[in-house]
Amino acid sequence: MSLDVPSLPAPRPLRVDSRVAKLRRIAVIPALNEEDSIAGVIAEVHAADPGFEVIVIDDGSTDRTAERALAAGAHVVRLPFNLGIGGAVQTGLMYARDHGFDVAVQVDADAQHDPAEIARLLTPIVEDRADLVVGSRFLNGRRYKPPFFRRVGIKLFAGLVSLIVRQQLTDTTSGFRAMNRRGILLFADDYPHDYPEVEANVLVFKHRLRLVEVPVCMRNRANGASSINVRMSAYYMIKVSLALFVGLFRRPPAPVEER
Amino acid sequence: MTPTPLRVTIAASVAAILLLAVIFELIRTRRLQERYALLWLLTGVVALVLAVWRQGLGKLSDVLGVSYPPSMLFLATGVFVVVLLLHYSTVISRLSDQNRILAQRLALLEGRVHEDRGARDPD
Repeated sequence: MSLDVPSLPAPRPLRVDSRVAKLRRIAVIPALNEEDSIAGVIAEVHAADPGFEVIVIDDGSTDRTAERALAAGAHVVRLPFNLGIGGAVQTGLMYARDHGFDVAVQVDADAQHDPAEIARLLTPIVEDRADLVVGSRFLNGRRYKPPFFRRVGIKLFAGLVSLIVRQQLTDTTSGFRAMNRRGILLFADDYPHDYPEVEANVLVFKHRLRLVEVPVCMRNRANGASSINVRMSAYYMIKVSLALFVGLFRRPPAPVEER
Repeated sequence: MTPTPLRVTIAASVAAILLLAVIFELIRTRRLQERYALLWLLTGVVALVLAVWRQGLGKLSDVLGVSYPPSMLFLATGVFVVVLLLHYSTVISRLSDQNRILAQRLALLEGRVHEDRGARDPD
């Protein structure tokens, strides 16, 4: 694995928790046209914890995302056409399931998540307090200020999901999350289609898995804007609300098991 | 202008409610994805509103010069059906494109697997 990427940040002192070190761990990075940031993100994951393998799911990029990811030492899966974030992440989790990984961490390819915080996401898992850990941008007064309408949407879904799962949640749209083997098995089997994060939280609750939020910081996007524009966010709001509402009337699913 | 007969209002409302109930049940049992249900839900809601709101239906008929309001109901749902069909034509086009890409990638992959096997044990 070569780490001599030009944008490699200065190596941090490494202190991998001994409980974490025992686990086979993988970072799942869905990427669509992120050739400028992908190598840096992979290098940062390896710098934060060299025991991590990285799988990049190239969701139909037209640039050199896949080549850059391979050169940076990641496993790369190229989807034959764009499946959207849900299908891409699920592909990564199927990889994690099939290759026997114990924990998977989902990281964005645009460098807005700081891989140095992965350790914080893993703590509730190694302490066996959670099956899914979500990095919250709002917990403990983290000062993340998205634009007004996005903030309203995030708050609305946080409130709705908190009601449904009967647990106070602050950030249900965050894509910075970690899961143990049970979480991997569940999501590899059943993951919502487009804009999956909000519904995934409810799915975890319905399967009686444990969800814990930990505070994380968001960095400014390395380049480009959010993948969600105004027209899409209207669709996002309606689609997710509908899914949450109909979900209330679904029977509890059968528990997931190792097959 | 003839007012809408009450029987038409009742029958149309029942039909719209049935449609909405079927859509809901299809989503719930996961036979219809949310993204493909949205247009159907809109159609059902518009049909229900026009069926129940008799004055509204009458006004809309006046504006469009439709002399018999129940025909307006028919026209409105007809427009939505056309939009739905068009939407599904674009969906089918995308799916057939993706299907072609899948078939091509699978065929190329199989070809490569066979070639590799042939190279390893030539007989």
